[in-house]
Amino acid sequence: MQNQLEIHDLSIRLGGKSIVHQVSLTLRPGELSCLVGPSGCGKTTLLRTIAGFEQPSAGSVLLHGNRIADASHSTPPEKRGIGMVFQDLALFPHLTVAANIAFGMQGEPRPAVDQRIDELLRLVGMSAQRNCYPHQLSGGQQQRIALIRAMAPRPALLLLDEPFSSQDMERREQLVQEVRAILLEEGITAMLVTHDQHEAFAFADTIGVMSEGGLLQWDSAFNLYHRPLSRFVADFIGQGVLISARIVDGQTLQTELGKIRGELSQQLPPGSTAELLIRPDDIIHDDQSPVRARVVARLFRGASHLYTLELESGTRVLCLAPSHHNHRIGERIGIRLNLDHLVVFPC
Amino acid sequence: MNNPAIQEPPSSSGFRTTLRWPSPWSVAATLTALVVMTPILTVLGYLFHPGSGTWQHLADTVLGEYIRNSLLLMAGVAVGAGSIGITTAWLTSMYRFPGRRLFIWALLLPLAFPAYILAYTYTGMLEPAGPVQEWIRTTFDVGYGEYWFPEIRSIGGAMVMLSLVLYPYVYLLARAAFLEQSVCALEASRSLGCGPWRSFFSVALPLARPAIVVGLSLALMETLADFGTVDYFGVSTFTTGIFRTWYGLYDEVAAAQLAALLMLFVFTLILLERWSRRQARYHHTTNRYQALPEIRLGRVNAWLATTACLLPLLFGFLLPVAQLTLWAFQTWKQMVDEEFLTLAANSFTLAGSAALIALLVALLLGYGKRLQPSRWLQALVQVAGMGYAIPGMVIAIGVLIPFGWLDNTLDGWMRDRFGFSSGLLFSGTLFILLFAYLVRFLTVSLNTVEAGLGRIKPSMDEAAWSMGQGRITTLRRVHLPLMRGSLLTALLIVFVDVLKELPATLVLRPFNFNTLAVRAYELASDERLADASSAALTIVLVGIIPVILLSVTIAHSRPGHAKPA
Repeated sequence: MQNQLEIHDLSIRLGGKSIVHQVSLTLRPGELSCLVGPSGCGKTTLLRTIAGFEQPSAGSVLLHGNRIADASHSTPPEKRGIGMVFQDLALFPHLTVAANIAFGMQGEPRPAVDQRIDELLRLVGMSAQRNCYPHQLSGGQQQRIALIRAMAPRPALLLLDEPFSSQDMERREQLVQEVRAILLEEGITAMLVTHDQHEAFAFADTIGVMSEGGLLQWDSAFNLYHRPLSRFVADFIGQGVLISARIVDGQTLQTELGKIRGELSQQLPPGSTAELLIRPDDIIHDDQSPVRARVVARLFRGASHLYTLELESGTRVLCLAPSHHNHRIGERIGIRLNLDHLVVFPC
Repeated sequence: MNNPAIQEPPSSSGFRTTLRWPSPWSVAATLTALVVMTPILTVLGYLFHPGSGTWQHLADTVLGEYIRNSLLLMAGVAVGAGSIGITTAWLTSMYRFPGRRLFIWALLLPLAFPAYILAYTYTGMLEPAGPVQEWIRTTFDVGYGEYWFPEIRSIGGAMVMLSLVLYPYVYLLARAAFLEQSVCALEASRSLGCGPWRSFFSVALPLARPAIVVGLSLALMETLADFGTVDYFGVSTFTTGIFRTWYGLYDEVAAAQLAALLMLFVFTLILLERWSRRQARYHHTTNRYQALPEIRLGRVNAWLATTACLLPLLFGFLLPVAQLTLWAFQTWKQMVDEEFLTLAANSFTLAGSAALIALLVALLLGYGKRLQPSRWLQALVQVAGMGYAIPGMVIAIGVLIPFGWLDNTLDGWMRDRFGFSSGLLFSGTLFILLFAYLVRFLTVSLNTVEAGLGRIKPSMDEAAWSMGQGRITTLRRVHLPLMRGSLLTALLIVFVDVLKELPATLVLRPFNFNTLAVRAYELASDERLADASSAALTIVLVGIIPVILLSVTIAHSRPGHAKPA
C-alpha cells in the first residue's frame, strides 16, 4: 500500500536559522501519529512545512506519492488538500458553526454540503449548535467545531497544532480520546503536535520525539518508553533515572542495587562502565531485601506512592509503591530491582 | 507563551508560496506605492534645483516673513490648542461636574469645522458692520472708531481660529493617556504627600507627555497645511506664498522650492515628535486598570470646570454654527438654487470617488504587505502613507509638475505623430484632483485597513488556505467581512476630509469645475460671507458624522471599564 505521507531528509531554515534538520518519516493511510518534544524543538515548524506555510531548504515532502514541497518548489497550502486544526482554533467569528464547517467545501453541491455538516455535527454531538456563532460555544465545543471544520473537505492528511493546550488537564485527556475515536471512524490520517507525552500516548499509534530540530525516534509509545534509543528519549518520555553500572558479560550488569541479569539494549564490551535506565516501576519495595534506601521525598498519588529514595552512594532513584505502603521521610526501606530488558547507554 | 508559531523569528517566508518569485499582489503593491510617492519625491527633488531669479527675489524679500509667520503661528497654536486640550482632557477624565458626560464627546465637535470656515464666520460676526460691534455701538452709544476692538484678520486671529478647531487633537490624545494611567500611580503620588495639583504636574502630565506631543504635532501639521485661514486674514505663510508664486509669478521652480522648504518644516516636526517619544517611553507599572475615581467637585469648582469646558465648545462650535444657520436662513432662497445642487453633487461625487479609490489602494497595499512582509515593501508603504502630513498645497505642486510634463510630452508626441493635440489629458481633468486626494488621504484609509488586518490573527488566513481557499477568496470571504466596520470608517473619514479640502482643490480643479469648499472660498473672498453660509454649513454638518463616530468608538474602548464581550 502506498504511504500517505513521506518525508525525506527534510531541513528547514527560517530567518537564517536552521530550525529542522534531516527529518525523515512515513505515515500509512489512516495512521494516527504525533510529534512530541520540548518547546522550540522545531515540531511546529515541521508541521507548518507539511501544511505549506513554510518552505523546506532541503529534502522533500510527498503526499500520496506526489511531491508537494522541496527546496525549489512548494505547492501553495490551498492546493494541498491538507487540513489543519490551529492552536488558537482560528474559527471565523463572523460565520455560524455551519458556515464555518462549510467554508472549505466551496464548489460542492449544496445538499451534499448540508448532509456533510449534519453528519459531522452528529459525530461530535453538537447538532443543536448548528446556527450558533463561535463566541456562543464553550471551549470544548469550539475545539470540536475546529476539528470537524478541518475534516469536512475530507483532507488527505489532518494536522493538529497543539489544539488541546488551552484545555485543563482532566478535560484534555477525555477530549483527546474523543478526537481519536472520531478520526478512526472517519479513517483520516493525522499528525498531532504537542509537548505533552500523555496526550501523545492517548492519541497516536506512532510517536516521534524531536529535540533541537532533529527527529530522534519514530516509534510506538511502548518502544519509546521501554526501548528508548537515546538518552534524550529515555529522559523525556516517562520518569526515570540513570544509575551507573558495570558490564559483567553480555547479559549481566553490576549495579549498587546488586547484580542483575537480562537482555541488554545494546552490546557493550565486558568490564566497561555504562548507565542503566531505571523507571519507577522497575524498583519494587520489598521489606525482605538486603538493599536499603532512605526516603527523601514522597508523593501521594491515590492508588500509589511515588517515593524518591537515596542510595548509599547518594544516587537518587524513584520507586512506585502501592498506596498502603506508608513510609515516613528519613525511614530506610528495602528495595530490589525487577527488570528483564536492560536499557543501557555507554558512558 | 501559548503560540510557538508566533514566537518564532518574524517568519519572513510565512506567506510565500515559492522562494523565487514575489506574488502578483506584492508586485502590484510595490508599483502603486511607487506611483503614490512620486509627488512627494518630485517636490523634495527641487531642494537640489539651482534657484531661479525669482527664488533669489523671494529669498531677499518675503521668505523671512513666511518663515517668521509660520513659526509664530505654530507657537500660538501650540500654546492655544495645548492649553485648551490638556485642561479639558484632565477635567473630563478626573472630575465629576455638571455636563461632564456631554462634554466628553461634545468637546470633539469643533473638529467638524474647517479652520477657513471658522475664519469666515468670525470675520462676519466681528467686522464693523457685524452683530457684535453693532451691539457695542447701540449699547454704549459710541460711533465706529471711538472704541477699541481687536482686529480678527491678523496673525493673532489666525492663531485663535486654528487653536479653536485643532485643540480636539490634543484633547483626544491627552484624555486617552490620562485614562490609561493607572490610578495606582496617582494614588502613590497622593500617599507620598503630593496634593492633587502637584500630582497632576509631577505625575499625570509627564506620564501623558508622549501622547500630548503626538496631539500637538498633529495640530501643528494642520497649522502648516492651512491655506484658507491665513489667505483670508492676509497673513503671509508658506502656503499663501506658494499659491502666489504659482499664480502671480507663474514660476514653477520657485513655487516648488517653497513647497520643498515647507516640507522640510513638516519633516522637522515629525522628527521632533519621534525624538521626543523615544526620549520618554513609559511602561505602565501595572496593568490593573480601575475605574478612575472621578472626584466630585465642590459647587464653585464644579461650575468653574463646567465653564472651562463650555468655552471652547461655545466658541469653536456652538456660536459659529448658530451664526451660519442664521445666515443660511436669510440667504438660502437666493443661494440654494440649481447651481448649489450641482456644487453639492460635484463635491459628494468627488469625495465619494476619492474615498473609494483610497480604500482600494489601501487594501492593495495593506494586503500586499500582509502577504509578503518584506522590509522593502514595508518601507515603501510607509512612505506612500505619509501624504497626510504633507500640506495640500505642496501635494498640488507635486502632482502638477510631473503630470504637466507628462501631458506636454504626450501632446507633443501626438502632434508630431498624428497631427492632433491630446490636450491636458491628466492635469486638466478630474484625474489629477483624484490622484492628489489619493496621495494626501491614503494615510487615513491605509491606517484603518492595516489596523483592521492587524486584528485578524494570521492563523485565520492559514485556516482558510488549508481549506483550499486562494488569496483573493480569503480576502473576500474572511478579511473583508471581518473588517467591514473599519472599512466603512475609512470611507467616511476620507469622504469628509476631501469635502473639507481647500488648497489642492483650488489649484487642481478643472476649468469651471466647482465644489462647496471652493465656492465658500470664492464667496468669502468677495466679502459675501452670509452668502457663503449654505455651502459652509453643509460642509460642517457632514463633518459632524465622523466626529460622532469617533466619540462612539472612544466610548467603547476605555481601559478600566468593563468591555461588552
